[in-house]
Amino acid sequence: MAKRSAPEVNAGSMADIAFLLLIFFLVTTTIELDSGLNRKLPPIEETEPPIIKEKNIFQLQVNSGNQLFLKTGGDERIVELKDLRQAAIDFLDNGGGQGPDACARCQGKKNPNSSDNFDKAIISLQSNRATKYDTYIAVQNEIIAAYNFLRNREFKREYPNAGIDFIEADKRYNDPRTSDSEKEKLKEKLEKIQLLIPQKFSEAEPKTSNN
Amino acid sequence: MSKFKKKKGGDLPAISTASLPDIVFMLLFFFMVATVMRETSLKVENNLPAADQVEKLDKKNPISYIYAGKPSSNYKSFGSEARIQLNDKFADVRDVQAYIAAERAALREELVPFLTVALKVDSETNMGLVSDIKQELRKANALKINYTTRKGDALAGLK
Repeated sequence: MAKRSAPEVNAGSMADIAFLLLIFFLVTTTIELDSGLNRKLPPIEETEPPIIKEKNIFQLQVNSGNQLFLKTGGDERIVELKDLRQAAIDFLDNGGGQGPDACARCQGKKNPNSSDNFDKAIISLQSNRATKYDTYIAVQNEIIAAYNFLRNREFKREYPNAGIDFIEADKRYNDPRTSDSEKEKLKEKLEKIQLLIPQKFSEAEPKTSNN
Repeated sequence: MSKFKKKKGGDLPAISTASLPDIVFMLLFFFMVATVMRETSLKVENNLPAADQVEKLDKKNPISYIYAGKPSSNYKSFGSEARIQLNDKFADVRDVQAYIAAERAALREELVPFLTVALKVDSETNMGLVSDIKQELRKANALKINYTTRKGDALAGLK
């Protein structure tokens, strides 16, 4: 009699088992796409706040009706959210400083009543307790956008051969596929721009009054 | 030795399904790798606001989540005022510090300074609650925060 081969195991139900598992994972999967605005809170310190010239502050208030009130450079007005980005860029980029405070890179109007230079310019935001969170995020977004705009511009000016802007460089720096040697170079560039245009953004405690 | 000859029919041979499990397993592994199990079930409404200057939340560093928003439709008995949710429970502003301490205790020591707190706050929430949370985080010295947002035009949804 011929040698009998081992009977083949029926693999037909294997697919069913695998499908069952597949469906389980399909259902439980939430492919995380978390992204957002990174911020740093100031530590609680009992230090005296430094004295700052009024012209160097871009004072923003958001009231309970989600309206924006802007006080800067001797000018007080209500701004629309869509104009905020440009207003913040104008303020940061003003370059009204004289002598040691002069700003070599600013391309603004050099209004003596507005900010001296990137380093001196401070954006302050005060919200009301009744302000809606989405308005607050939109304001934050616009202010970050203003900083990013200037950082991009200065990055391109500083490193015209890199062919990328600040955001692109930052993305590449955080990409795990980037080689260590390139990261080192990018880090140096990024830090230089960050030092040049620091994000000086302060948040006051929200008001409780109903204005 | 076979006595029985196979019938030579004109039928097509059945397509082998033996490789089907392989294909399914491939898909399975993809989803297993890409899966993040939901750790918490949301008890609050969570429509995140939109922003376009977003940065990816760095997964290399540990993240703690704080949710806030109105109780969702199943939890109406908790009122219509915005609440904080930590892990699986509704919580009070006072509990935030304890929560951060617990999250820190669960981490390896060298990772503690890199803990990022992601605030997943519903866009309808008032800033009062958010700034209370922020104040508690400052007290707990958890200063790296991330306002988690959707990607989109920040101005589109407003007014």
